[in-house]
Amino acid sequence: MKIQNLIKVAIAAIRRNKTRSFLTMLGIIIGVASVIAMLAIGEGSNASIQEQISSMGTNLINVMPASRNRGGVQQGRSMSQTLVVSDIEYLRNNSDLVKAISPEVQSSGQVIFGSSNWPTQMYGGNEEYTYIKKYEVASGRIFNSQEIKSSAKVCLLGQTVVDNLFGDDVDPIGQSIRFDKIPFKVIGILEEKGDNTFGQDQDDIILAPYTTVMKRITRQIYLRSIVISAYSEDQISQTSTQIEAGMRLAHKLKDTEENDFEIRTQDELISTFGSISEMMLVLLGSIAAISLIVGGIGIMNIMYVSVTERTREIGLRLAIGGKGKDILLQFLLEAVLLSVIGGIVGVVLGIITSNTVENIMGWPVLITSDAILISFLFCSFIGVFFGWYPARKASALDPIEALRHE
Amino acid sequence: MKLKKIIDLNNLNKNYFVGAEIVKALRELNLSVEAGEFIAIMGASGSGKSTLLNILGCLDKPTSGDYWLDGKNVNAMTKNQLASIRNTKIGFVFQSYNLLPRTTALENVELPLLYNSSISNRLRREKAEHALEAVGLVDRMKHLSNQMSGGQQQRVAIARSLVNDPVIILADEATGNLDTKTSYEIMSLFQELNEKGITIGFVTHEPDIATFTKRNIVFRDGRLIKDFTVENRLSAQIALKELKDEEAFLEEQENLNLAYI
Ligand SMILES: Nc1ncnc2c1ncn2[C@@H]1O[C@H](COP(=O)(O)OP(=O)(O)OP(=O)(O)O)[C@@H](O)[C@H]1O
Ligand SMILES: [Mg+2]
Repeated sequence: MKIQNLIKVAIAAIRRNKTRSFLTMLGIIIGVASVIAMLAIGEGSNASIQEQISSMGTNLINVMPASRNRGGVQQGRSMSQTLVVSDIEYLRNNSDLVKAISPEVQSSGQVIFGSSNWPTQMYGGNEEYTYIKKYEVASGRIFNSQEIKSSAKVCLLGQTVVDNLFGDDVDPIGQSIRFDKIPFKVIGILEEKGDNTFGQDQDDIILAPYTTVMKRITRQIYLRSIVISAYSEDQISQTSTQIEAGMRLAHKLKDTEENDFEIRTQDELISTFGSISEMMLVLLGSIAAISLIVGGIGIMNIMYVSVTERTREIGLRLAIGGKGKDILLQFLLEAVLLSVIGGIVGVVLGIITSNTVENIMGWPVLITSDAILISFLFCSFIGVFFGWYPARKASALDPIEALRHE
Repeated sequence: MKLKKIIDLNNLNKNYFVGAEIVKALRELNLSVEAGEFIAIMGASGSGKSTLLNILGCLDKPTSGDYWLDGKNVNAMTKNQLASIRNTKIGFVFQSYNLLPRTTALENVELPLLYNSSISNRLRREKAEHALEAVGLVDRMKHLSNQMSGGQQQRVAIARSLVNDPVIILADEATGNLDTKTSYEIMSLFQELNEKGITIGFVTHEPDIATFTKRNIVFRDGRLIKDFTVENRLSAQIALKELKDEEAFLEEQENLNLAYI
């Protein structure tokens, strides 16, 4: 039989049983739609995590005190105090790959303005801090080197702190707030940044010169961390190596001694999150794949019933000159057409579902052409794989028996 | 004039094996059929009529003996060769029509030609229309098979059996599901086709149907027991007219009776 005739025959057979054909396709439709939607959600959250991490600064390098083993007792990171202000000077003078560098100190406490108060965090840094951590100043200004040198009691407020302390009619700039009983003058307000990847509100922050925070609030000479900006993302690892060497020299570590600090880059964060979201993608993908396989079994099931139901038709086709091969190909083609048509409908439904999820749940989704292509190939494969058995059964029928079938 | 021999059976046997038992469905059958014949195959139930028809139609092979169809020995053929033979040399008409449901008359008639790669779409369409014309259904071409009466469906089936210009049309109780009048109509159609030179093998139970054919062969227990030419062959056309007249007469009587009351 000519291939065009074969296609004609298969399409006619599908159209002759519209309801059943639709029901057969339903499994595949749902399977493909869920593959598309699941992958879209997975890819979407993946992309949004990547984006959020970059918004934290992909050039960012963190130097933290290492948790140290003192006399056999493992000490937490907060207990270990190894970073000091002179390290910053050392790195600035000895590492040409460092673009910007700032100490970071931090303290939790209650901030008070008039009768309002709010629990928040105060961060201390130098004038490069906002650049490194990708904060923008919305209004007012950042503290200058003079204010750092003199441990001036000035600060910038994050939007959340502003919202919780001030009414709409008050301009925070120039006002005096109290943090940990110390009065600070507000000199600027930070641009809103939103939540970070961990769900922390990045706007719930007060920023002050590190000198002020260390002298008046934490009353310590040790730093929480050193934050550094490399010149570009590509130079992160080179810069890290240089910083490590610099830190070892600054801390006068012998060759036998371990680092008393730890260098963290966003790369690690990205790869950690990358592997988590990859896992999620695989999980979602396999759930979806299972539903596709179930859809395929549905096709096999109904094709199988259909062969039994259409035994007389098969008998007739054999009697008027159809060869076993013609019958096999017809039923196989029917299965493939059903699964491919189901696949097309499924893709459309999957895209609609993804967009609905995006609109209603506010989840980010990303539909990739790969997902669509893979679903298609998988569908055709399922059609052949699950159509084969019933098709072979049909082609092996004896014409006389088939014609006599009731 | 020497007629062309299209079917030749030599000492043909067909056995069925049911468990340990052997059913001898056809025994030592010798039969030849010439072009243009119209044969009724008769006999009691289980006498082997369908078995013979299946073998003649290349749907089944004999257990022993030779079957020559149109000069070719069918015994030596493979499954696919038999399918080709069925496709090009045989036309089947079944008791239960076996039309594809929810499919137009035209598409049903075209079906055998779809399996013949050497026939173009246009030729297929032409031949199908021609076959439907021959059975008087041109105006029903686009009707769906399940929207037709039994008689019409059987005529579509006959058109389908004609469409590949077969050497012989084989019909197994083609009138078995139809009332007398419709049976006569179908027989009249067969007679008409036979007049045009088409060879027909026709299985039937009913002796009056057999009187419309040219030759009767009768089976009993797988053996051919009678083979004779039909004398006083009846015209189905005339029989049909008589039937209609009778009906009209009865109806008139009925009306008269009603009027009288
Ligand atoms: N597939 C089969 N397997 C076993 N025995 C069979 C088979 N087909 C037919 N027979 C037997 O062969 C014999 C002839 O059967 P066949 O169908 O040819 O009869 P028939 O003359 O067509 O009868 P009917 O008028 O009832 O259709 C019967 O005894 C039947 O039981
Ligand atoms: Mg029979």
